[in-house]
Amino acid sequence: MSQAVVETKGLTKKYGQMVALDGIDLRIEENQICGLLGRNGAGKTTLMHIITSQFFATSGELRVFGEKPYENEKALRQMCFIKESQAYAKSFKVADVVSLSKGIFPNWDAAYAERLLNEFELPRNRSVGKLSRGMLSSLGIVVGLASRAPLTIFDEPYLGLDAASRTLFYDLLLEDYSNHPRTIILSTHLIDEVSRLLEHVIIIDHGRIILDQNADEFRGMAYTATGNAERIRCFAEGKKVLHEEGFGSLQTVVLWGRATSQEKRDAAELGLELGPVSFQQLFVHMTSGDAAKASLIQEGAIRR
Amino acid sequence: MKELIDDSKPIFVQIAERIENDIISGILPEESQAPSTNQFATHYQINPATAAKGVNLLVEEGILYKKRGIGMFVAEGSRERLLQKRKGEFFEQYVEAMLREAEKLAISREEVIEMIARGGKGQ
Repeated sequence: MSQAVVETKGLTKKYGQMVALDGIDLRIEENQICGLLGRNGAGKTTLMHIITSQFFATSGELRVFGEKPYENEKALRQMCFIKESQAYAKSFKVADVVSLSKGIFPNWDAAYAERLLNEFELPRNRSVGKLSRGMLSSLGIVVGLASRAPLTIFDEPYLGLDAASRTLFYDLLLEDYSNHPRTIILSTHLIDEVSRLLEHVIIIDHGRIILDQNADEFRGMAYTATGNAERIRCFAEGKKVLHEEGFGSLQTVVLWGRATSQEKRDAAELGLELGPVSFQQLFVHMTSGDAAKASLIQEGAIRR
Repeated sequence: MKELIDDSKPIFVQIAERIENDIISGILPEESQAPSTNQFATHYQINPATAAKGVNLLVEEGILYKKRGIGMFVAEGSRERLLQKRKGEFFEQYVEAMLREAEKLAISREEVIEMIARGGKGQ
């Protein structure tokens, strides 16, 4: 087993009566791009703040690169955390942010940072206070990538970024990750956009980890069947139905698991169409109140 | 090219199929070097580990082989083997599917056979 970059046991964070994180057991392996997904308020940002030692956990254990990160410069210098609303002093110029970062991150690549500023067309002499929302996000991405930090965390890094700039980010991230493998945690709501970049997926819901899995395995965990409602009922019998919807006599069900060749033949004979469930759809079914979730949890397919 | 990757099956399987297609069509001749996993990753905007998994699938099947320190190469005889494999899949994927659709549309066997005889003339 490769080295764990982040390891937590029973990590819990309470704000008074409110439980933000509820006993998180987590292990993030070295040199993976890991997606941290969850609905608003699920606890993602709290978790990232605790990992980077900006918040204290109420209880539980945390190790980053095998060490406790609190006031531990050795561990902290290996991390770069780019937040959704990155706060640089408004009077700083873009060039100042870049040169300051050079002093903070031991692996900083100045030439690469210059190239990134050009790619994102960031004006070096403009002060941070005068950057547009999208430019501010681009600046965060430049710092995150050029830091080459062994653990780089992006929390919704693209507020205000258009589709072209987001694609540029994905391309640059993959290119640089291929040349300089490191651990990257990507937290986002744009699941379908980033799903292909991920090697590992962690889904957090109501402060708990409900799924911790290889991204490719996650992708095939459910499928849809569409057709005549009566025949769909026959086909779905005994299977775990995650979701169903229909109009008139047409019905679509989302079924848990992989269709076997026998099931594929059965479906064809019944005149039903089988289809894939997108990464994002599967995420929605797992984190929304779909009734079937209960039985999946009971059987341990989803952790609770 | 990027849109060729979809949610219908695991991405690494789709990568393996893309390489197979390139071998079958002759874009990747036998004994030529296949693109590196990093090239696949950036080209299709996918995780390099996923690309490596697709390449490894073909290594296990003996379609690609590794030359130490150089990269992946297309094995001799792989095109013929892939053609045989795809022929088997062709029946299930295309012929059976076509006959099911024909039945749905009440097209008789004779009509289907007549259509096949008529089809493809434009090529």
